[in-house]
Amino acid sequence: MTPKTKLTPVLSANWDEKDSFTIEGYKRNGGYKAVTKALAMGPDEVIQMIKDSGLRGRGGAGFPTGSKWGFIPQGDNKEHYLVVNADESEPGTCKDTPLLLANPHVLIEGIIIGSYAIRANHAFIYLRGEIVHVYRRVQQAIEDAYKAGLLGKNIGGKGFDLELTLHAGAGAYICGEETALLDSLEGFRGQPRLRPPFPAIAGLYAKPTVVNNVESIASVPAIINNGVEWFQAMGTEKSKGFTLYSLSGHVNNPGQFEAPLGITLRELLDLAGGVRTGHKLKFWTPGGSSTPMFTDEHLDIPLDYEGVSAAGSMLGTKALQIFDETTCVVRAALRWSEFYKHESCGKCTPCREGTWWLVQMLHDLEDGKGTEADLTKLLDLCDNIAGRSFCALADGAVAPIMSSLKYFRDEYLEHQRNGGCPFDPIASTIFKTVGA
Amino acid sequence: MEFNVEQVKIMDSIIARYPRSRSAVMPLLHYVQSIDGYITPRGIEKISEKLEISTAEVTAVSTFYTQYRSEPAGEYHVGVCINTLCAVMGGDEIYESLTDHLGIENHETTKDGKVSIERIECNAACDFAPVVMVNWEFYDNQTPQSVKDLVDAARAGKPPAPTRGPNTLRTWKQNSEVLAGLSDGLANEGVSAGEPTLLGLKIAKGEK
Ligand SMILES: Cc1cc2nc3c(=O)[nH]c(=O)nc-3n(C[C@H](O)[C@H](O)[C@H](O)COP(=O)(O)O)c2cc1C
Ligand code: SF4
Ligand code: FES
Repeated sequence: MTPKTKLTPVLSANWDEKDSFTIEGYKRNGGYKAVTKALAMGPDEVIQMIKDSGLRGRGGAGFPTGSKWGFIPQGDNKEHYLVVNADESEPGTCKDTPLLLANPHVLIEGIIIGSYAIRANHAFIYLRGEIVHVYRRVQQAIEDAYKAGLLGKNIGGKGFDLELTLHAGAGAYICGEETALLDSLEGFRGQPRLRPPFPAIAGLYAKPTVVNNVESIASVPAIINNGVEWFQAMGTEKSKGFTLYSLSGHVNNPGQFEAPLGITLRELLDLAGGVRTGHKLKFWTPGGSSTPMFTDEHLDIPLDYEGVSAAGSMLGTKALQIFDETTCVVRAALRWSEFYKHESCGKCTPCREGTWWLVQMLHDLEDGKGTEADLTKLLDLCDNIAGRSFCALADGAVAPIMSSLKYFRDEYLEHQRNGGCPFDPIASTIFKTVGA
Repeated sequence: MEFNVEQVKIMDSIIARYPRSRSAVMPLLHYVQSIDGYITPRGIEKISEKLEISTAEVTAVSTFYTQYRSEPAGEYHVGVCINTLCAVMGGDEIYESLTDHLGIENHETTKDGKVSIERIECNAACDFAPVVMVNWEFYDNQTPQSVKDLVDAARAGKPPAPTRGPNTLRTWKQNSEVLAGLSDGLANEGVSAGEPTLLGLKIAKGEK
């Protein structure tokens, strides 16, 4: 079967070049031309263009990027900040990291344009601390951009000044939540803030701040270069443009696929060489572990914001983790629950205590010690966590459990009948095929 | 023992990056680890003095983040991803065989101080599962045997190069220094991208 949706490498277009991460490599492919173009426009014109393009945040929530920029009050005589969220820690999500390894300059170019648009003279990249080589690449890129006069004072002779600071996190998933990120960047424990006020009014150091995902900002130069119509020609009615889909798990060829929004898993699986040979699809996440899982009933759902939410989940970060029939769904739900318990920041009781109980109950269920009544109790517990907690981490925490119970309730009970997990964990490993 | 003049100058340069000094607490903690190997009492005191916040406030920050250690890491700190996808693909087996092989458990260090291990969460490389990090460098597509070989080679002073990283593996302290923002000049080493990263591009170009 030939896929009907064509891949559209934009961000990934030069990743196969040996020096794609250098300023020379980037410029050879037209890099930094968008800065010149944007600086010749008025800041409001740039904001309008991003609004018109329909670009939506690629960090999970899909909020329109141009509108977010437009919320920054102007003429307020305050410092403004642009903060890039490069914390990438949602289980399954693995797009910003390869992007930054292969081409950090496209992010810097987007930062210059975004900062100019919102009138920020200082921008920050909050980078996940657990990948040192990405830190090196981004730091080098910043240094080279300064040397080239693309950062610092009077950029391009247009009177625009911009400082850019790289900041390493230190291993806390919650710091990907934008207000926790801001607290962390200010030098505190990374715990979410009450909203309102929203970051656009009182963000970093209580000043108007835009927080955007790496991929969102990195998409800006291409829009400036190629125009709104070009961007709008890709994607679906309300989900415009191209994006990175990451396929991992039980597929023959995992990897990154840059495609128009709205491609389906069936098409992507075809490109990835299908589900592991000899096996069949059991469940998958559309956008990381915090998005309710799907099954083989959902192969033809358009993977855009509307399509995925109409089917009861979320597009999230387009992190498609594929699990075949050798995988125990209870084990998967338990492991994700352990993650959320570990990463709960502890600020509010339903999440801090609730995730602890979720893990206890799932352990018992996995060991075959749970009963049908426990499943009801488990769902009750989920109801008391989701929507009753301070931030969206808690909603994410219950997603794998509630969705797996919806599709695989009997598998939970099978553990009880069997007196333990009926699956052989070795069968789900890759060693079966490649040899350990 | 006091930090030396050179080290204090570096601390000042880290603080100077930020509009408000308190923001420097995280890179300063990374920097303390690069010197002392973990978050030492003297490190906490120095940061508190530099940022004019209490030692309790510095400690509150350092204990919140898992990368800041309360005990020394090994020269080679091995993180095995045991989040769901890696675990299912073999991370659990890798972790089991590694603890058997080294005779240590989560957060412990071998007696010779060479290798410490940690169960880590998804490290943004699921398309390379199962993933192992050494000193926060990528070792992609691992097996139980490859990780045993890796730690043996590291203990013998000859660790293999990361799969997507510099040409040689740096020590845990050296890499902590990078996270504090002190360049080691190795950014241009290593590949642009691993094979999975390029798959979509190659298909689009008709190369696959
Ligand atoms: C628990 C949690 C973790 C998050 N982690 C990330 C992350 O690692 N990267 C990211 O860009 N957004 C993350 N987000 C979403 C951010 O809060 C925010 O919506 C996003 O950075 C906005 O950027 P965008 O509008 O460009 O998508 C997370 C949200 C929550 C609740
Ligand atoms: S929901 Fe969880 S992570 Fe979010 S603020 Fe509450 S305790 Fe912290
Ligand atoms: S689950 Fe191991 S890298 Fe994502």
